[in-house]
Amino acid sequence: MVENQIRNTQQPSRAAEIVPAIDLKGVSKSFGPVQANKDINLTVKRNSIHGIVGENGAGKSTLMSILYGFYKADAGDIFVHGKKVQIKDSSHALDLGIGMVHQHFMLVENFTVLENIILGAEGDPLLAASKAAAREELARLAKDYGLNVDPDAIIEDLSVGQEQRVEILKALYRGADVLILDEPTGVLTPTEADQLFRILEQLRDEGKTIILITHKLREIMAITDTVSVMRRGTMVGTVATKDTSPDKLAEMMVGRHVLLKVEKTAAQPGEKVLEVDGLSVTDDIGVPRVKNVSFDVRAGEIVGIAGVAGNGQSQLLEAISGMFNPLLGEIRINGKKIKFDGDGVADEVRRMGLAHVPEDRHKMGLVTTFEEWENSMLGYDDDQKFGNGPFLSVKAAREDAIKRIEMFDIRPQNPRLKTANFSGGNQQKIVLAREMDRDLDILIVGQPTRGVDIGAIEFIHKQIIKLRDEGKAVLLVSVELDEVRSLSDRVLVMFDGEIVTELAPTASEKEFGLAMAGLDPAQQ
Amino acid sequence: MGIEDIIPLLNSSVRFAVPLLLACLAGLYSERSGIVDIGLEGKMLGAAFAAAAVAALSGNVWYGMLAAIFVSVCMSMIHAIASINLRGNQVISGVALNFLALGGTVFIGHSIFKRGGTTPNLSKDERIGPIDLPFAAEIGQVPVIGPIYEQLISGHSIIVYFAFAAVPITAWVLMKTRFGLRLRAVGENPKALDTAGISVFLLRYQALIITGVLCGVAGAYLSTSQGANFSENMTAGRGFIALAALIFAKWKPWNALWTCLLFGVLSAAQIRLQGVEFPLIGEVPVQFIQALPYVLTVVLLAGFIGRAVPPKAVGQPYVKER
Repeated sequence: MVENQIRNTQQPSRAAEIVPAIDLKGVSKSFGPVQANKDINLTVKRNSIHGIVGENGAGKSTLMSILYGFYKADAGDIFVHGKKVQIKDSSHALDLGIGMVHQHFMLVENFTVLENIILGAEGDPLLAASKAAAREELARLAKDYGLNVDPDAIIEDLSVGQEQRVEILKALYRGADVLILDEPTGVLTPTEADQLFRILEQLRDEGKTIILITHKLREIMAITDTVSVMRRGTMVGTVATKDTSPDKLAEMMVGRHVLLKVEKTAAQPGEKVLEVDGLSVTDDIGVPRVKNVSFDVRAGEIVGIAGVAGNGQSQLLEAISGMFNPLLGEIRINGKKIKFDGDGVADEVRRMGLAHVPEDRHKMGLVTTFEEWENSMLGYDDDQKFGNGPFLSVKAAREDAIKRIEMFDIRPQNPRLKTANFSGGNQQKIVLAREMDRDLDILIVGQPTRGVDIGAIEFIHKQIIKLRDEGKAVLLVSVELDEVRSLSDRVLVMFDGEIVTELAPTASEKEFGLAMAGLDPAQQ
Repeated sequence: MGIEDIIPLLNSSVRFAVPLLLACLAGLYSERSGIVDIGLEGKMLGAAFAAAAVAALSGNVWYGMLAAIFVSVCMSMIHAIASINLRGNQVISGVALNFLALGGTVFIGHSIFKRGGTTPNLSKDERIGPIDLPFAAEIGQVPVIGPIYEQLISGHSIIVYFAFAAVPITAWVLMKTRFGLRLRAVGENPKALDTAGISVFLLRYQALIITGVLCGVAGAYLSTSQGANFSENMTAGRGFIALAALIFAKWKPWNALWTCLLFGVLSAAQIRLQGVEFPLIGEVPVQFIQALPYVLTVVLLAGFIGRAVPPKAVGQPYVKER
């Protein structure tokens, strides 16, 4: 572990070999009531590639944003090359030799590569001199690291991989010797990712220190020297990559917990309600997210999809719920094929008996500035019970909302309250009530308890089980392994867009760890 | 129509174009930095009043000019605080400034001068007068080029020359200087600038100060150079036309020049055409002719210019925390 490292900050030069490039001690950061980083210790050795893994929301990006001066830590000390520093802002971090390649590129789209590179480091009030200097420096960097980009190309015309190179060049141009990359491969094709890794290795060999934030274990194993694992805002541990394995890391990431107790009887599966056949989904920028996935869900059973976040679960959900057109394959509900023909597919899918509780209630499930009763009927406002033709019966809608508030124990019991003023758990109940309180055949539910308090979790779990016992089909997608295991009757594990294997919920922690790292436990 | 008819027409076109051009460039600095400025009109009006009032009271038009710039920059800073610091709605802040100027100028004007909101007429010495360029009279003897130099190019107020010089200067600042690079960047992607260690707030403040100065000069031109006093709502929508011209010009300085000149020609022609008998149609109602520049604004904006892509971050307050 990292705590018992002995260093002498007074004599950095003599101890150059052992002084780490970056040393964080007891760093904490909260956003309102959410503690994003709790007492983090991290030591990054000079001249190495250091991976930081953890699920989405584990606090990796926040920690690195603190190091880059974008956020200020609430507590804790930062040492850069053995010297204690208070990083005031990003330009201070750059002065200290810390550069960052953000997950979402910080480039000005209609500028040339050259203009982007000199932005903030122009030197002269006039641009001519700095442009010429940057052009020369770019040529040198291209030669040294194989980072070839046309300096006069407009960013908009570049591929994502090239844009990323510009980001790396930007950092190097500003003299970064510690380079932080936040989820650098999220937007890259596998070939581009491999190219990036070669560049990173070259940078390390030339004496740079690289910090790589990712949730992909394959990358960690392929390229890092050391890896630190974060979970829910805390640092779980730091290990040498050669001494660990994907399944060990997966276990550290997900954590070992006592299963939440959910009482349920054995499932009595009936007819196939949802059939997914050879489904492939490619995202907006052409990266394959779901690859040839087939499975089915029967009436009266809960099928869970487990996996580390970002392995295609979101895209799978969006395709099934009719929000995103798949590239290939077929989805059938009650034997009827979903026709992906332009707009209104999501509505059509609902008419076929599917209800969808989206993963992100703020982005997709609710209009938080609306009153509760409005959200309570949103999307079903065409229903006969809410009035005829273009006229809306506000009275009927509010009465219906009150009925649901009682059924789902939504608090405060006020349909006129702005939705943003409900707690996360109650907001989630509003969505669940809307989707579940109707005549449905299958419920698709993503991250049902994300950001929800314990009491509400229990209630939500009971509602889902109740639905199953009524003979409905449920497809549950969650990055909380405990939740998937305690609720599901069968579990499919997704990795890199594919379903690796099907496991019984009672399978061991180790088996799940392996599967979530992309390895089929049956073949080990 | 010979050259002797065209030159006066172009001459008055230039005079119509100058306040538009200054306001348009003012808007350019603001919007390129990512701040919508619908308050160009109000700033010009406030400045026009300050220029005329201070010139009348002090007898020195340059004090009037300074007062105009001061008032306009102050109004611009109110807009800056509302939209940069308080992250308010930039359109609403701009509209508020317009109303403030519309009522405030008449109110203050009436309490000082007791003339129902207008300011006393300025004498020739109390105005910004025309400048004769060197050898105007001599070159004027040369056929064709002579009258153009003597009557069209020479003989305008210093503000006219300033406005035309501001176009290449703005183009140069935008493309060739550090400030220009950052200005363009902050209007497109302020986060890119922030992560490069540059203050988004400071840059936007700088841009809005320039906007204030240019609107101030535009206002002073209206009341102390083109006109000889301030009268209620004397800007008459020029700020809004400048805003339309800015979109038509796709936020580029040279385009802004051509656009404003086009609006200038239309405004000048509009006055010429009043009461003129057209073949076949006969005399067209004066209101129809007067509406022409505005109709053109609508037509141009609606269809002719193609897609005008504004700076990407325009109108969005910059919030650092995610």
